[in-house]
Amino acid sequence: MAEIRVMREDLRPPAPPPKRHFISIKDVSRDDVERLLATARMFERSLEREVKKLPTLKGRLVINVFYESSTRTSSSFELAAKRLSADTMSIKSSGSSVDKGESLKDTAITLGAYDPDVIVLRHPQIGAPHLVARVTDAHVVNAGDGKHQHPTQALLDLYTMREAFGRLDALHVAIVGDVLHSRVARSLIQALALMGAHVTLIGPPALLPRGIEAMGCETTTDIGAIAAADVVYVLRMQRERMQEGANYVPSLREYAARWGVTPERLRPGQKVMHPGPMNRGVEIDPRVADHADALIETQVRAGLVTRMAVLYDLLTSGPVGVKTESVLEVA
Amino acid sequence: MLFAKAAPKENIVVRGARVVDPSEGIDAVLDVRVDEGVVAALGTDLDTNSHRVIEGEGLVLASAFVDPHVHLRTPGREDEETIASGTAAAAAGGYCAILAMPNTEPVVDSAATLGALVEAARAEAEIPVGFLAAITKQQRGTELTEMAELADVGAAGFSDDGVPVSSPGLMRRALQYGAVTHRRIALHCEETTLSHDGQMHEGEVSAELGFTGYPSVAESLMVERDLALAAYERQPLHLLHLSAWESVQALRRARADGVAATAEVTPHHLCLTDEAVRSLDTNVKMNPPLRSASDRTALVEALKDGTITAIATDHAPHARHEKDVPFEAAPFGVTGLETAFAALYTQLVEPGVVPLETILERMSAGPARAYGLDEPRVAVGKPANLVLLDLKASYRITAESFRSRSVNSWLLGATVKGAIRATVAAGRVVFAA
Repeated sequence: MAEIRVMREDLRPPAPPPKRHFISIKDVSRDDVERLLATARMFERSLEREVKKLPTLKGRLVINVFYESSTRTSSSFELAAKRLSADTMSIKSSGSSVDKGESLKDTAITLGAYDPDVIVLRHPQIGAPHLVARVTDAHVVNAGDGKHQHPTQALLDLYTMREAFGRLDALHVAIVGDVLHSRVARSLIQALALMGAHVTLIGPPALLPRGIEAMGCETTTDIGAIAAADVVYVLRMQRERMQEGANYVPSLREYAARWGVTPERLRPGQKVMHPGPMNRGVEIDPRVADHADALIETQVRAGLVTRMAVLYDLLTSGPVGVKTESVLEVA
Repeated sequence: MLFAKAAPKENIVVRGARVVDPSEGIDAVLDVRVDEGVVAALGTDLDTNSHRVIEGEGLVLASAFVDPHVHLRTPGREDEETIASGTAAAAAGGYCAILAMPNTEPVVDSAATLGALVEAARAEAEIPVGFLAAITKQQRGTELTEMAELADVGAAGFSDDGVPVSSPGLMRRALQYGAVTHRRIALHCEETTLSHDGQMHEGEVSAELGFTGYPSVAESLMVERDLALAAYERQPLHLLHLSAWESVQALRRARADGVAATAEVTPHHLCLTDEAVRSLDTNVKMNPPLRSASDRTALVEALKDGTITAIATDHAPHARHEKDVPFEAAPFGVTGLETAFAALYTQLVEPGVVPLETILERMSAGPARAYGLDEPRVAVGKPANLVLLDLKASYRITAESFRSRSVNSWLLGATVKGAIRATVAAGRVVFAA
């Protein structure tokens, strides 16, 4: 059982070199993703055992800092760390110094003083994890920064698709809905492109950002285009991001009628995914959500093992470095 | 219209520099003698008498720069910049005159506020500074300021910079009344229902990074509106910090049709594109935003062909802690007074994209003309407004190198070429390195 040798005390991970992070899919290679998926698979098997806890990250400290509400991501990160025997701490913005107007930088410096091994950060603003990475010595895992990236979600989605189809290469994925406001979509488009899958974005015109084709996908406003896909990935209509009077769509009712994923629009055998939380009856018909072809529960389970893999990978061999590009280099 | 602290005019000889003044048609190695603040002679082997001698060998002497767009943050945010620190920064950047924007706290929209600034400038401004007053009260876009009185008190022009005059009806009234003041109206062109919450240029980079886009058309639509109003009212206007290809096209057409429109462009829009935002460095966040490569090319071409006649820094100091936040939380604006020439020389002149003469003209006579100020000239009988440039000097820009109170420069950490060795403003040596 070579895969679970990590359980052996003598192979505990060595002290990590500082400053490796998992902030964007852009910062990882195909090999990195393959290794992370393989590690997640290994953890999935270990979770089938009666005692699910591994001693791998014993003595490590993982701090979860969530500036936005979250059920799945925060709980799975916390459980992932606990399953690997790490100490965990959870900070939420409400009830903390953030309520008193403390800046992200100062909060990060404060938490950094506890010498955490990993800081998992969710923040409503793009670039927040980069700032935390800059001012602390912890490995930073991006659990969602504004509309930018949610790389562990993409990883768990790849894992789910690989489990269902046995491959990612040449898989056709239709991503349906509010791409504009979706960090999930941005990470997933990049991750699927990296692994050789084919991506079609489908949604109302104002919710398909201008220029997004450059990320390696095609776009259409025709919901009929989902017929050609192996996987229909349904995005949440982010009502809280829909500013009053922005008129991205005339109404949720019209959205549901024209772009909602219903049984009638699917063909047998198509798999349906959703990052959650779902608005049943808006972007996804409840019959679709509860059907056997929906992989939504699988996604949740995949979230645990892929996040275990990310924590393990960062604190051991590790892929991923945040690229710090200077303004003039990229100009 | 320009105010500075009282100081004795100097007797100076700049010896053996290559004198370049495209407006005067000069490009020759000469001595320049300044008697009591006025250029008295250009020639070879000039007598230095007891004059202060500045060695210019191997250096370029040009007419000093005029920055038509500076935020001095006074009154209200003196922690970010003051008249003293801002004009000292300008002197270090080779400027002999700057114009300050009125979007302060409070807004410069009354004779009392403007009068206090004029008094402060007379006490502490290292180089001559002019103050624009607001077009509308509190820049709210609903009521005109008392523009005639403000002009009498010394307003150098009028602008609601930072925000547009959204109502076309009010914009028309401002242009009509502008004729009474004989001062230029300068417009920040932004259709806010299109730029709404925009963090950067709308395009492939914003799509990938997830930032709300601020499309080019948000600027060009307003440019077209304002040019149409200026044409109809037969009034001149000045367009602030153009960033988009479409705006340049509109300006070119209007000028060909006889509209008396001038425009400015910033060093950062001439040097950078939206690709720079991938760094998520808050020092590349400004309004208008950095745009695409084709927009940048159009701006450079417009600068060369004279469609755009002025380079303006839009020097916008911000407190460190306000920029040390995620990109979306950061305020718009970057500093530029102390780095403008070096940035343009490094990025445009040295690679052979724009001739040195063009940059010098657009940083000096061009902006002066746009606001009806005296053009700095290297000519006998003219006030000495001179800058001594070292085109060979290569150096690194660090946070410690600024005279400005703020350090939010997009060039932090960059190595540039082209240093200011001395600045003479209104007959006085205001900077010497």
